[in-house]
Amino acid sequence: MATAFAPITTAELITRRDEDKIIVEPRGDWVVETIGRFDSALKRIEDSYEPGNIIIDLTTLGRIDTSGAYLLGRTLSRCGDPDGDWHYIGEHGPARQLMADMRKRLAICPPDVDEGGGLVAVMSRIGRGLESAWNETVDTFAFFGRTVTTFSSIALIPARLRLTATVHLMETTGVNALPIIAVLSFFIGAVVAFMGANLLETFGASIFTVELVGLSVLREFGVLITAILLAGRSDSAFTAAIGSMKMQQEIDAMKVMGLDPYEVLVIPRVVACVIMAPLLTFAAMLTGVIGGALVSWATLDISPTFFITRMQDTIDYTHFLVGMSKAPVFGLVIAIIGCRHGLKVGGDVESLGSRVTTSVVQSIFAVIVIDALFALLYLELDI
Amino acid sequence: MSRSDLLIEVRGLRSQFGSHVVHDGLDFEVRRGEIQGIVGGSGSGKSVLLNTILGLKQPDGGEIFFDGFAKSKMRKAERTALERRWGVLFQSGALFSSLTVQENVMVPLREHIKMPVSLMREIADLKIGLSGLPDHAGNKLPSELSGGMKKRAGLARALAMDPDILFLDEPTAGLDPIGASEFDTLILELSKALGLTVVMITHDLDSLHAICDRVAVIADKRIVANEPLSTLTQHSHPWIQEYFGGPRGRAVLRQPQKEG
Repeated sequence: MATAFAPITTAELITRRDEDKIIVEPRGDWVVETIGRFDSALKRIEDSYEPGNIIIDLTTLGRIDTSGAYLLGRTLSRCGDPDGDWHYIGEHGPARQLMADMRKRLAICPPDVDEGGGLVAVMSRIGRGLESAWNETVDTFAFFGRTVTTFSSIALIPARLRLTATVHLMETTGVNALPIIAVLSFFIGAVVAFMGANLLETFGASIFTVELVGLSVLREFGVLITAILLAGRSDSAFTAAIGSMKMQQEIDAMKVMGLDPYEVLVIPRVVACVIMAPLLTFAAMLTGVIGGALVSWATLDISPTFFITRMQDTIDYTHFLVGMSKAPVFGLVIAIIGCRHGLKVGGDVESLGSRVTTSVVQSIFAVIVIDALFALLYLELDI
Repeated sequence: MSRSDLLIEVRGLRSQFGSHVVHDGLDFEVRRGEIQGIVGGSGSGKSVLLNTILGLKQPDGGEIFFDGFAKSKMRKAERTALERRWGVLFQSGALFSSLTVQENVMVPLREHIKMPVSLMREIADLKIGLSGLPDHAGNKLPSELSGGMKKRAGLARALAMDPDILFLDEPTAGLDPIGASEFDTLILELSKALGLTVVMITHDLDSLHAICDRVAVIADKRIVANEPLSTLTQHSHPWIQEYFGGPRGRAVLRQPQKEG
């Protein structure tokens, strides 16, 4: 019996001819560690000799395990009677029994069908990609519709809104995200002011830095930074949380207990995001403007008081409203995409990972596309 | 019983999580070539014992010997050599979810052994067949398999390196009685054919009865008994009396005992 540390002696394969017969003589320990290099030699013997003429000499065989027995027994696999006594010379405890067993137990797994390369494969891949993009879009709208109907039914009986869950989610998606969003927006405001100051100074118009910072932060950066951070932070958390509940059959458990997962899981997240996105946007706008003002003060000697007075004089209130108007829409889109992908997770870990990735990518994509649409809309409306 | 009969020895093992002591002064030994069962109530530390033997958890006291060598004093190379000599079947199979069953079985071969990939595939097919899976299962992903098939695939992977020691964590839990008894027969056959030493945690009284040479009982933070089932049932420890004296235990014990 082998011990845990039994040294494995090296294996050898000797073949010798005897008239038209070939005698295969395995020596040493034929175990999984040692047999790798005999594969091709034994395959050649199997292919080039009549199976009836192959004889295995077991006299000098040491240890043998299932892999060794399989490899040795494979040589005779084309033979009608591989267990016949005349195939073997010498005796070895378990070898012949093991070889016979292994031949019986082999479950040949059919190889995967390769779909081939070339133009057709490329086209079919493009086609499949387009189809899935279309299906995803339709599915997102369907999910949106389902959320809206669920929300309307809750709106009729407001007591059905899960208040505790909603408030908790408002804390995790909103309050906890506040520091990072504020800091990021502060730096963006500062960078915009820096670039503007440098560029505008060459025209002698450095005072317009105030308008630059004010406009860009209020209209775009405040809300975009918030949306992108929400997408990276909360959207992925929604997908992962709901997805792992799906994997653990918690969603199924809810359904059989008569709980609607849309009502329990989706609506609180959507409500939390829609409420918190504008608040976070407001904070982002504040810190963005502060960042710009500080840089202006340091590099252009525009005092904060003057900065604020000029902002009030030159920048219309509507710019602030334009920025704020986009925030709830982004919050809604992010929550919906996150929840939808969470509920799409299948039974395995792999799908959880790929769903979280897709969900973040899709929500950032959607945020930027919708932002562009808003820009077009407001341009046409002259706001 | 000479000392070299013992393949695994656990001496004075202490395990604790925070202030919660799971094992205190636990002694346990596994004899070479035997099928060793481990039973114990829920939360009695069966899986912790197994994880400690496997090195997934560091013991908080005591020592584990393999073949007389202390595990804590082994060099890294020795430890790797030891890890290649055992196969582990986790409770839910623990298959790699991104790989097919065949690729799962090939993982240890790829990592540890130099051999042509075609032969690796054949050996993987062989182990898949050995574990009693149908041949079309090889191309499936773990998520496409039923619980019983996952266990068999896990067993196929555990057997990939032709281990000397096989650790099984509740191998028959969640299988239907027919599947469970097939699994028992399979393990018995394999252990006989390959001279395996098997350590299995199980709650399945039928498996204990059908295949285990010896059964260890964990209670009161230590092994209170480790003996063949026939003498174990006479043991005076109250937990053992309750375990085997209950209606399920009595039903199993009425059947004829395993020979040897």
